[in-house]
Amino acid sequence: MNKPLRRVAVAMMAMIVLLLANATYVQVIRADALRNHSGNSRTLYQQYSTPRGQIIADGKLLASSEPTGNERFKYKREYADGPAFAPATGYFSFVYGTGGVENAENEVLSGTSDSLALNRLQSMLTGQEKQGGNVELTLNPAMQQAAYDQLAGSGVRGSVVALNPQDGSILAMANSPSYDPNRLAVLSSDEQQQAWNELREAPDDPLVNRATSTLYPPGSTFKLITAAAALESGEYDYDSEVTAKSSIKLPKVDTQLPNYGGSTCGTLPTAPLWEAMARSCNTAFAEIAGDVGEKKLRETARSFGFGQELDVPMRVTPSSVGDIENQAQLYQSGIGQFNVRMTPMQNAMVAAAIANDGEVMKPHLVDKTLAPDMSVLDSTDSEELGRAVSPEIAHTIRDMMVKAEQYAGDEGKISGVQIASKTGTAEHGEGKNPHGWYVAFAPAEDPQIAVAAVVEDGGNVGASATGSKIAAPVARAVIRAGLQGGG
Amino acid sequence: MAATSTNPENREAPGTGTTGGAATPTTPTRRGTELVLLGFAAVVVTCALTLVNLNLESQPTNQILYYGLAFLALFGLAHLAVRRWAPYADPLILPLVAVLNGLGLVLIHRIDIGNAAEAERSGDAFSPAAPSQVLYTALGLVLLTLVLLLVKDHRTLAKYSYTCGLVGLVALALPAVLPSVIAPNINGAKLWIKLGPLSFQPAELAKILLLVFFASFLVSKRELFTTAGRRFLGIDFPRARDLAPVLVAWAASIGIVVLERDLGTSLLFFGIVLVMIYIATERAVWIAIGLSLFAAGCLAAYSLFGHVQQRVDAWLNPMTSDAGYQLRKGLFGMATGGIGGSGLGGGRPSIVPYAENDFILAAAAEELGLLGLAALLLVYLLLTARGLRAALAVRDSFGKLLAGGLAFAMSLQVFVVAGGVTGLIPLTGLTTPFLAAGGSSLVGNYVLVGLLLRISDASRRPQQPSKPQPRQPPIAEAHTELVERPR
Repeated sequence: MNKPLRRVAVAMMAMIVLLLANATYVQVIRADALRNHSGNSRTLYQQYSTPRGQIIADGKLLASSEPTGNERFKYKREYADGPAFAPATGYFSFVYGTGGVENAENEVLSGTSDSLALNRLQSMLTGQEKQGGNVELTLNPAMQQAAYDQLAGSGVRGSVVALNPQDGSILAMANSPSYDPNRLAVLSSDEQQQAWNELREAPDDPLVNRATSTLYPPGSTFKLITAAAALESGEYDYDSEVTAKSSIKLPKVDTQLPNYGGSTCGTLPTAPLWEAMARSCNTAFAEIAGDVGEKKLRETARSFGFGQELDVPMRVTPSSVGDIENQAQLYQSGIGQFNVRMTPMQNAMVAAAIANDGEVMKPHLVDKTLAPDMSVLDSTDSEELGRAVSPEIAHTIRDMMVKAEQYAGDEGKISGVQIASKTGTAEHGEGKNPHGWYVAFAPAEDPQIAVAAVVEDGGNVGASATGSKIAAPVARAVIRAGLQGGG
Repeated sequence: MAATSTNPENREAPGTGTTGGAATPTTPTRRGTELVLLGFAAVVVTCALTLVNLNLESQPTNQILYYGLAFLALFGLAHLAVRRWAPYADPLILPLVAVLNGLGLVLIHRIDIGNAAEAERSGDAFSPAAPSQVLYTALGLVLLTLVLLLVKDHRTLAKYSYTCGLVGLVALALPAVLPSVIAPNINGAKLWIKLGPLSFQPAELAKILLLVFFASFLVSKRELFTTAGRRFLGIDFPRARDLAPVLVAWAASIGIVVLERDLGTSLLFFGIVLVMIYIATERAVWIAIGLSLFAAGCLAAYSLFGHVQQRVDAWLNPMTSDAGYQLRKGLFGMATGGIGGSGLGGGRPSIVPYAENDFILAAAAEELGLLGLAALLLVYLLLTARGLRAALAVRDSFGKLLAGGLAFAMSLQVFVVAGGVTGLIPLTGLTTPFLAAGGSSLVGNYVLVGLLLRISDASRRPQQPSKPQPRQPPIAEAHTELVERPR
């Protein structure tokens, strides 16, 4: 029986050899074709198999990838204080893609950026897991948190943007309502879908980044631009006398344009320009707009950034003066009504330009990108977008804004800090409560923070809302957080 | 074959082996080798478990050491049983089984982790397979010990050959005839018997019982198969009536597995019977007859049964056919693993449905790579080769045939399942011996290994000059006599 047994042994060996040959065919020869096959879900999961880089701001970890134990999605994105920082971080969803910095800096965060090629090679050679690079934001976490708390804490809709006037760093960019990006990063696609649908169908558009994408009528805050145009024309200075009427008739139409509350601009028939600014007199600025003309007004607005494409790195919707067909519309546009539309980012840029001696700095959110070992790959240099006004004019407007601050209410005032500001109360349709605006920088003599805050639809106050009532306290809290480290 | 054999039996003192080693120093028991190799197997398995732990659970725990020690203790007990009741057994068999079983446990645990995380994500119910596999391992080792304890001489089994055959057939038929309440249809096959929480596959036990029957039957009828017959086309064909019993048993088992829709078991039984007839008769004509029958059977099954057509379709078009889903996922996993594999815990084996049992080799190939798969296949080759070695060395024909059959059974099972998983042959529902999750298969294979250990012990046990034996000379030499029948 031993002869057939030996043959059986040979047959058994032959079977193993066949298996080995076939395994070699599958795992070596045909491996590439199989790996790249369109039905191979592993290729898709591969994207979620490496830890994505962190998003950091001033030492605070905003977004990080945590291991899940799930072998399809090996890492899960986690956001600290998700809703407060969502306008900056954005979201990372394997169903709905990415938003915010997660989208704009995806190549660095996922590790596919060219600047990380060396790291990739290194991890390939050492057999270490591939890692994404990190992104350090310019945000001041205390200011960002203060901005979000101010808005969301009182349950109002609105947005706050704070900039460093000298270099254009975005110090805060908050919206209300916001969303929690953690809900879009959960592993269950059903839960993601539910969260996404809820957010999409929510009445107040929590997914929209109001700071960069929503265009609001700027109201009286636009008077800063009208004043700049007037000063640049050379026909006006700090003390130029302008009308103090409580109401004027718009040219060629039978419509009156009143001051807020129907009040006069002081006690005299005329008032100096600074007082018209401080008291935010509509009649005076409407006439000034009519005087300097549409062309000059547009030019000045453009020099502050209107109508220009901007990525910070998320796209900022260009602000616009809007179509102006006649003198009456020009009057209205001069006080920021009619078709003038601004994003909170643009309004913050106006304040920042005045604070920065008339120079507009390009706002940016990404301070630097870092390799996995935290060595710097690239840091964002501050970039000038152009000069809006001369330093002298900037200083003149600043002085007017210091006066204006005296009329902007007291709520949230910071003792010992001189703020230069301009409020705005923007009508946006019959029967709707006005949007309240407040743009400011501080300290006035040595500006470190420029801020624009908008609170929609009268906030919690209703029809009697003004910028000084609803928006000023929000912005002042942000300034306080920035100057006093959150105190 | 031992032509000058006196009596190899000396079963009066079972313990003599251990001490008897000293009496016959020329034949070492080699139990020390076995113990060292078991220790090595424990180290390999513990290292594998540590890798899984490091890759998936991120914090190494001391518990792994306890698991490793428990594993060593479990197989240490089996080692003691072998030392006591089969002291001359082949020293490689138990360590090879230990390493397969241990790696199987690690892989199952690893796939459990993946399945648990995925169940958490999708919200499905999940129960781990590893804990029950540990229990079945213990039960398997107990049964192995019982085999060594109760079957003091493998030749006693021949006395019960007809009982074995009958019980085997009944066990095989049981799931097919029992109502679905007790024998449910799982994944299209009716193989299981479920009694409350317990479920088992009687075919695993039936396989061994029928092997015993065939071995005994073929040995007793050997001369009929070789001598009588009619010449046709230059080939000696056996007489029809001599063929009848084998054909009946064969047809019955084939019929049953076709009724139970289990192609794998069908193929396995057929192959085993064929090879055992070949070993018994030393005539290749049986292989030719068998293969012709096999070809006819394949054609008939393909044209008759939808589920067979599906399997063939999945095999030929794994990338496009619906039925090829599982095979496709497995091949993707193998390709992703490549030559070196993703490392234990580094891949995504749980993407493949039933990765812990039917497709455990695909999981191994993904995480351990072609190298790991080749190593596993070579362990199987080594294990079955040791079985054949026992068959070659043992002195009695029944032992030869039984050991050869058992070794070939395992070898063929590995070929059928590995070939199916890697796309070499159509996929059938067989489990990978010792690796795959599944109690019946594990326990059955331990019984099989117990028999191999017993036969290898008989083959290496020194022939001590002993009292004259009143019994017959070994059956292998008794060509002209009838073998002892069960009384």
